[in-house]
Amino acid sequence: MKSRGPAVASGLLLVFLLWLVIYPLILVLVEGFQDSSGWTLEYLRLFFGRRNEAQALWGSLWISVATVVLAAAIGIPLAFLFWRYDFPGRRVLGGLVALPAVLPPLVGVIAFLFLYGESGFASLLVQRVLRLDEAPWRLQGATAILLVHAYSMYVYFYLFTRTGLASLDGAVFEAAASLGAGRWRTLRRIVLPLLYPALAGGALLTFMTSLASFSAPYIFGGGFRVMTTQIVATRLNGDDQLAMIETASLTLLALVALLLLRGARVVENPAGGRKGVPPALVSIRRRWFRWFVGALGCGLVLGLLLPHLTLLLVSFVPVGTWTTEPLPPAYTWRNYLTLIDDPVRARPLLNSIWLAATATLAAVIIALAAGVLSVRRRVKVGGVIQALLALPWAVPGTVFAIALATAFSVHAPLAGRVILVGTLWILPLAYLVRNLPITSRAVSAGLRALDPSLDEAAATLGAGRWRTLRRVTLPLLRPALVAGASLAFVTAFGDFVTSIMLYTYDTRPISLEILSSLRQSDVGVAAAYGVVLMLVSAAVFAVGADRGSPG
Amino acid sequence: MRGESPFLRLEDLTKRFDDTVAVDHVSLALERGEILALLGPSGSGKTTTLRLLAGFEVPDMGRVLVEQDDVTRVEPVARRFGMVFQHYALFPHLDVGQNVAFGLESLGVRGNELDQRVGRALALVDLAGYERRRIGQLSGGQQQRVALARALAPEPRVLLLDEPLSNLDPALRERTRREIRELIRRVGITTVFVTHEQDEAFDLGDRVAVLRSGRLEQVGTPEDLYAMPANEFVADFVGRSSSIPVTVLGPGERGLRVSVEGVEWDITEGAPSAALRGPALMVVRPEALRLLQSGPGALNGVITARRFTGSASLYTVLTEGGSSLEVSGPPRSVAAGDQVGIMPSRRAGGGMHLFQRTGP
Repeated sequence: MKSRGPAVASGLLLVFLLWLVIYPLILVLVEGFQDSSGWTLEYLRLFFGRRNEAQALWGSLWISVATVVLAAAIGIPLAFLFWRYDFPGRRVLGGLVALPAVLPPLVGVIAFLFLYGESGFASLLVQRVLRLDEAPWRLQGATAILLVHAYSMYVYFYLFTRTGLASLDGAVFEAAASLGAGRWRTLRRIVLPLLYPALAGGALLTFMTSLASFSAPYIFGGGFRVMTTQIVATRLNGDDQLAMIETASLTLLALVALLLLRGARVVENPAGGRKGVPPALVSIRRRWFRWFVGALGCGLVLGLLLPHLTLLLVSFVPVGTWTTEPLPPAYTWRNYLTLIDDPVRARPLLNSIWLAATATLAAVIIALAAGVLSVRRRVKVGGVIQALLALPWAVPGTVFAIALATAFSVHAPLAGRVILVGTLWILPLAYLVRNLPITSRAVSAGLRALDPSLDEAAATLGAGRWRTLRRVTLPLLRPALVAGASLAFVTAFGDFVTSIMLYTYDTRPISLEILSSLRQSDVGVAAAYGVVLMLVSAAVFAVGADRGSPG
Repeated sequence: MRGESPFLRLEDLTKRFDDTVAVDHVSLALERGEILALLGPSGSGKTTTLRLLAGFEVPDMGRVLVEQDDVTRVEPVARRFGMVFQHYALFPHLDVGQNVAFGLESLGVRGNELDQRVGRALALVDLAGYERRRIGQLSGGQQQRVALARALAPEPRVLLLDEPLSNLDPALRERTRREIRELIRRVGITTVFVTHEQDEAFDLGDRVAVLRSGRLEQVGTPEDLYAMPANEFVADFVGRSSSIPVTVLGPGERGLRVSVEGVEWDITEGAPSAALRGPALMVVRPEALRLLQSGPGALNGVITARRFTGSASLYTVLTEGGSSLEVSGPPRSVAAGDQVGIMPSRRAGGGMHLFQRTGP
């Protein structure tokens, strides 16, 4: 006889996910077409009537496309340099190149501000050298946004290309050579086409991230609006319904982009899994050229790590001591001590920890339940559950912030709505929604990798379902759980985009404190918080990389 | 075979990786159209030798010559050696026709001529009309034939095959081996292939080069290797055999007289060396021995295992002296545990080889 437990559990989970992920999005759409008198197309008309709406939508689109192009132009050559050619220091440098990934979006932005902003190191240095009266450039508008985007997102292309290269059969390069194909022809006809799935994956991720990007446009945008900043501005103006239409339009754009770019990936791995051996690195024969490439790599890495170093340096600068000198005149631990000593300053740190931890715990439990039900028990609605869990990945954070703010600002328990906005619970809920895709992907992958016959073996040894879960499944799943949980924690810990719309004074997280410190010109504390976020991310990635390495 | 000088020559090739010598002073020469097998266990340097020929590795010492033309430092791109890779390395994103056309395009062949030559190459491997098939749709055997067609289409000077049959299931191997041999004969191309299977080497190769630890142990026709192995390793590696320590007493009535655990036998080895004296190792083919009742004059032992091989059975006998010998005999004549005696087979000759024991 078949137990009905899984069916019931999956039904409950499905309802919960529909309520948490889909329902708020539907409410946004509904409210955009309603006012006090009932249904209306007024706001839609307004949206299409205003020039700046179209401009913001266009801005989002072209910035994202340009980001993909720039990130590809940086990330792909870097991956080839460090993972096709052998030269001194290649391994270490190749690892360091991925480090922009440890800067959460807002932290990357302020690091750029300290480096290339009006009174940043690089700007002041150039100003001095050229004896200019003012900063040589202004870090503002679309150019600034693109710069930050390219910097923080080339890593996607870099990592995807690197993985793609490693998964090629090395004999393919040799086959091309023995058939008389030179370096360029091999690259154009063989290597790039074979890397196509990896490159498409990188492009998709970059495009979606760029479309949802908020920190860079918010800080550097000035008069230049993209949809995410436009939504927040409209909302601050009190035009709630218009903001709903904007939110819906951004969601639509994101989903269309996802469908189009996904569609382009159908020819994945036409010959099945890889055979043979990974490609050998090309050794550079001329000695001086080897060292030249090594030095070039060092230079590149140093340039790419400047934001990190800048952040670190600024975090030791006492308040108000650094104005126009190229290097700060004084250094202190004070900024870090403040984070612990001063109860007001310490609060955001504690907030971020418990908010992120709560959201992570909830995400892991849901991901585990969903994984066991859909991967192991193969319940009927498993596919739907997985799709619901993955959906928030495609939907920009700003959209979910608006959606949750809309859904949980009304007390109507029968309609599934309670007032959470302004309470402690809205932020963990928002983080949870945003964390579901990462966590469930990690946990499901872990579950799929487990041999199903382990369950059957446990059953033949007389272990019930719970004992099997506790003694067999969970211990084996621990690496996947740790990976999913730590990625989720890092994302929530540094979150800015949803927090800025949902926080209260009591729950203000680190990112908001960074912003307010910046506004008070308290750059040292802002940088110190940035360093904390950077180190936590780095620790998580280091753990992940360690697990990923062979042996 | 025309001309005095060989078509392809490997002169004193040596290649080191870190501190292991992968290929150690290997010299070989092939006539035009000859098929040479590089045979050896894993780590013997056979694959490295092939890669030196293809140009994927540059030797530390030695030369590769094609018709007196030194190609040692010619890049693989320009060498015009065709290669079939162990896992075929077909380009999965190109179809069969595009794969075969790839090398021709490198030579600047375009348009009608390209189509015709692709068609011809595919017809050669019995895949006419397969141009538009995707690689993923082909069976393993078909993929291998596409790899052959792709390598042969640009009409290379030399064909190199890296373990050409290792990826096929055993049932297919024998047939494919025959097809490859016929194809190479028809094309008349000089061919070097690597294998670790003696059957394959004997069946495909005009001559076989046996390698061990980077050194060339012996090169010759399959018959030569079997009948006159140059040393213990070749005798043991090529064909079934077992070995037993003996003492060479001197010339006997027929060939050399040896003492095998106190029993005296006359050995008519393929090329008995009269200089051989004292302790030696005798490598024996199973069919060079026969079983009889245990008794004086025979090498006595007990049957420990019996393996049915079709026309005969292969018996493993543990001698009183503690050596294990394989003996061929009629099926079911004796069973495990039986006491037996061993004598040289009456038609023995070429099945026993003596090698001087080096050192104590």
